[in-house]
Amino acid sequence: MSGVHPHKRGGFIENTLEGLHTAMERALYAEASASRGGLLQRLDPRVKVVGVFSLIAAVALATKLWLIAAVLTLAVLLAAFSAIPLRVLASRAWIAALLFSGIIAAPALFLTPGTSLYGLPITVQGARTAAFLVLRAETAATLMLVLIYTTPWMHVLKALRIFRVPVVAVVILGMTCRYILLMLETAHEMFESRKSRTVNAMTPAEQRRLAVAGSGVLLGKTLHMSGEVYLAMQARGFRGEVFLLEDFQMGKLDWLALGAFAALASASIWAGR
Amino acid sequence: MHIPDGYLSPATCVTLYAACIPFWRTALGRVKKVMHSRQVPLLSLFAAFSFVIMMFNLPLPGGTTGHATGIGLATVVLGPWAAMLAVSVALVVQALFFGDGGVTAIGANCFNMAIAGSLVAYAVYRLLAGRSALASARRVVAAGLAGYVAINVSAFLAAVEFGIQPLLYKDATGAPLYCPYPLSVAIPAMMIGHLTIAGLAELAVSAGVVAFLQRSDLSLLRSTAGKIAVAAQTVALAGARPLRALWAGLAVFMVLTPLGILAAGSAWGEWMASDYANPAARAQMAAASFSHVAPPSPPQGLQRLSSVWTAPFARYAPPYIRGAAFGYVLSAMFGTGLIVLACLMLGRFTQSAARPGPAVP
Repeated sequence: MSGVHPHKRGGFIENTLEGLHTAMERALYAEASASRGGLLQRLDPRVKVVGVFSLIAAVALATKLWLIAAVLTLAVLLAAFSAIPLRVLASRAWIAALLFSGIIAAPALFLTPGTSLYGLPITVQGARTAAFLVLRAETAATLMLVLIYTTPWMHVLKALRIFRVPVVAVVILGMTCRYILLMLETAHEMFESRKSRTVNAMTPAEQRRLAVAGSGVLLGKTLHMSGEVYLAMQARGFRGEVFLLEDFQMGKLDWLALGAFAALASASIWAGR
Repeated sequence: MHIPDGYLSPATCVTLYAACIPFWRTALGRVKKVMHSRQVPLLSLFAAFSFVIMMFNLPLPGGTTGHATGIGLATVVLGPWAAMLAVSVALVVQALFFGDGGVTAIGANCFNMAIAGSLVAYAVYRLLAGRSALASARRVVAAGLAGYVAINVSAFLAAVEFGIQPLLYKDATGAPLYCPYPLSVAIPAMMIGHLTIAGLAELAVSAGVVAFLQRSDLSLLRSTAGKIAVAAQTVALAGARPLRALWAGLAVFMVLTPLGILAAGSAWGEWMASDYANPAARAQMAAASFSHVAPPSPPQGLQRLSSVWTAPFARYAPPYIRGAAFGYVLSAMFGTGLIVLACLMLGRFTQSAARPGPAVP
């Protein structure tokens, strides 16, 4: 979770605002994309969750590169039939996964012992292991993006009940998703109001103080909001019991898709041994 | 430190998912007991808070920025069990919807950061904060170090999980199927960044926010200070009773230290310059290093530096003690005494540096 980044051009406030804005934009884009007319948008969320998770499991188990590449191609086709533009896949999944996994995989080309590749200082085994790492990361990221851009987030969480995830956990996850957007907006407003009152460049020490104070204020607001949300829940009749409306209906297309996903995942696991 | 999909084998992922389940169940049970139905919005909101503060990139010395995970802060405010759940929820949401961490690695990420991180942060915080007042500077130091140690323990666990992959899973050509780096590469690669930059970000946020809360809302620090803070205010109370079991355990471990004599050979990488000329020691080195034969003579740097400092208790066997077992016990007593002394001095120093704050409410 912790991370290190080289300094960006803007100051701390600008960079933080940009990060918060990007996160909000992505969440809103996902909601908009999930309501478009497309192949996967028409399916029951449970089918999509089971299908995507099975394919990710098949990719994790695969020991053949061509098979992982085939699943990646399938994910791209699913995205194309579900009105997800290729440029969105490229900018939000492929480039990020390639940058992260590519940097981690690159030294393996040279460090992995084995036979030299065409007389180069890299080994065949190094190239294979780097390809495994990058392809798996790319494929899983693409599959997950296809899922969350074709399914409302609350439906994804409700569909987790298939895996026996407790109701209370699903409710907490759902509330978290909802309040993440509110928190992002609150933090955005906090930093924007600070930016509007800043006329000079801030020193790194001042920026650190601002970040820490911002975290502290946000923590206070979080706990205050938690109390208010609890009171509102009580006012609506909440007495500690949590329920979910199981309103999903399986149609013919859903059963067909479930069968197709099961067949594809089983074939992938069998072929990828 | 979020492990993406494809870095860990399915067997490792399943094992770590399974390892999380008892902790999640216990945490849910303990949180329910304390907070009742209030837990639902509190955990959700705190998870959302953890998610958002991870986006605050702190400018750090050296021209880089780092973001904190909030594990230390969550633990200090909520306690270890609730923090475990809140951070787990944040990690699940990140993996499912923001592509930060893999779906197959949710168990691993939760185990490393939410579970191990929260427990370690709590242990360090309680140990270092002791019975100090809620507004004391000692609590600021304790919170900062709790975050720092927690993030490094999490990173170390992730490094070990990465490092065991090439030992266990390879294809027919010998290419590692998952993370390709052995422990000797994975551990330093992970730890250097976390011991320095990422750890500092965690330390700054944990300590800074606790200092901020001491000035703005002291009550938020009360839940994890509990009896200890009250004990500090109400004079001696039970004295050192809570520590008695710890002292007794420490004494037992000291007495048991001669068991170390039973271990054959020396720890990997802890060889002496003289071991390179000893055939038996060379055989042990090769056996412990995947049959890599050690060079015929010790490396020049090792040769040069090995005589710079001679420890008074070298190899836990002071030269003036004949019995090896007694030497071990004496070494343990001396080492433990030094650590206790250092802790007491640190405690005295942080207490004297503390600003006069309001009495514990």
